[in-house]
Amino acid sequence: MTSHNRPADRLIDMPSGVRASRARIPPFATVLEEHGRVLLRFCISQAGPDRGDDVFQETMISALRAYDTLKDPGAVRAWLFSIAARKAIDSHRAAARAPVPVEDVEIGTGGDPALEVGGEIWKDVARLPEKQRQAVGLRFIADLSHQEIAAVMGTSEAAARRNVFEGVRRLREDLTDAVR
Amino acid sequence: MNPNDPDISAIEARLAAGRELDVEPSWRRLTEAIAERAAAEDLLDVAVERHDSPLGPLMLAATREGVVRLGFPEEEDGFLDELARLISGRVLRAPRPSLTDARHQLDEYFERGRTRFDVPLDWRLTRGFRREVLNVTSAIPYGKTLSYAEVAASAGSPRAWRAAGTALATNPLPILVPCHRVLRGTGKIGPYRGGTEVKRRLLSLEAGSGAEPQGA
Repeated sequence: MTSHNRPADRLIDMPSGVRASRARIPPFATVLEEHGRVLLRFCISQAGPDRGDDVFQETMISALRAYDTLKDPGAVRAWLFSIAARKAIDSHRAAARAPVPVEDVEIGTGGDPALEVGGEIWKDVARLPEKQRQAVGLRFIADLSHQEIAAVMGTSEAAARRNVFEGVRRLREDLTDAVR
Repeated sequence: MNPNDPDISAIEARLAAGRELDVEPSWRRLTEAIAERAAAEDLLDVAVERHDSPLGPLMLAATREGVVRLGFPEEEDGFLDELARLISGRVLRAPRPSLTDARHQLDEYFERGRTRFDVPLDWRLTRGFRREVLNVTSAIPYGKTLSYAEVAASAGSPRAWRAAGTALATNPLPILVPCHRVLRGTGKIGPYRGGTEVKRRLLSLEAGSGAEPQGA
């Protein structure tokens, strides 16, 4: 290769300093690809299969709208889950106000075969109090640490731990009752 | 405690099984709906599509103003990152009318059914003298070539042939802005963003007899 034949990649027009700059906000397409599926599962765990789809879409549109306010790319996951958690609550409250019986929109009753993988237990999760439902979803679907759950829910780490624990204990009671 | 009582770890395992929930059946529908809504609500700063071509998959990006970037197959990795860094983080894989037109016209071009592109272009990724050079380049007719020196002269700086070479090598819109039609003065083919071999293929495509010049 002669000196004239420089590879094109060395010539790419990039203002100096741009490449070496600090961590940049990733393209939203990448965020959707990397975090979207687990967010969708979380939304379904909180709102059921049909409303879960809507909660997921609302979450992504809200995130896109506020995307330029995100300063720390490392915080994107917790940020997305906090939006999803808020949207799930909105959806729950809207459903509670709606004339449709709650039983009809609860998780697992839509006959979606995909939900079978999640198992019956998520129907019980849907009936947990708000904070416990969220904490259980964040812990077991999103696989977040207690510290991350605290950040998402705006609580202390101890409160996050308690919400998960209480939720799981309550599920055990429900199951125990069912067995007896 | 009743011996049939499920213990905590069993419940946790059942909860964690929810991570296996298969969302692929609805994934495409949902992401398309999100892209559509993003466009409707004017949140789509950069739309990106991958387009299969005889050169391999090309990456195409468009802003509201028009097509802003065309990437060769080896540029696919990092393509989205570059757009986020240089334009906006609001990049989604989504259709957009200018992309649809560009893809259609590229197909025609590769089938020798088109000699000129008619899609809106967004020139924001180039500026100054480089922009001038690309302007000149966009006027080189199908099947014709110029030298770096000739392009530099037309852009107003006859001695800046080296800078003209850089402008062409950094063309954000190759093929659509036909930098492959600029050759070394010696008649050698010269470097190309998509590789010398691609440049050679484009030139021989245009030199072929199958192309019917179209348009006025």
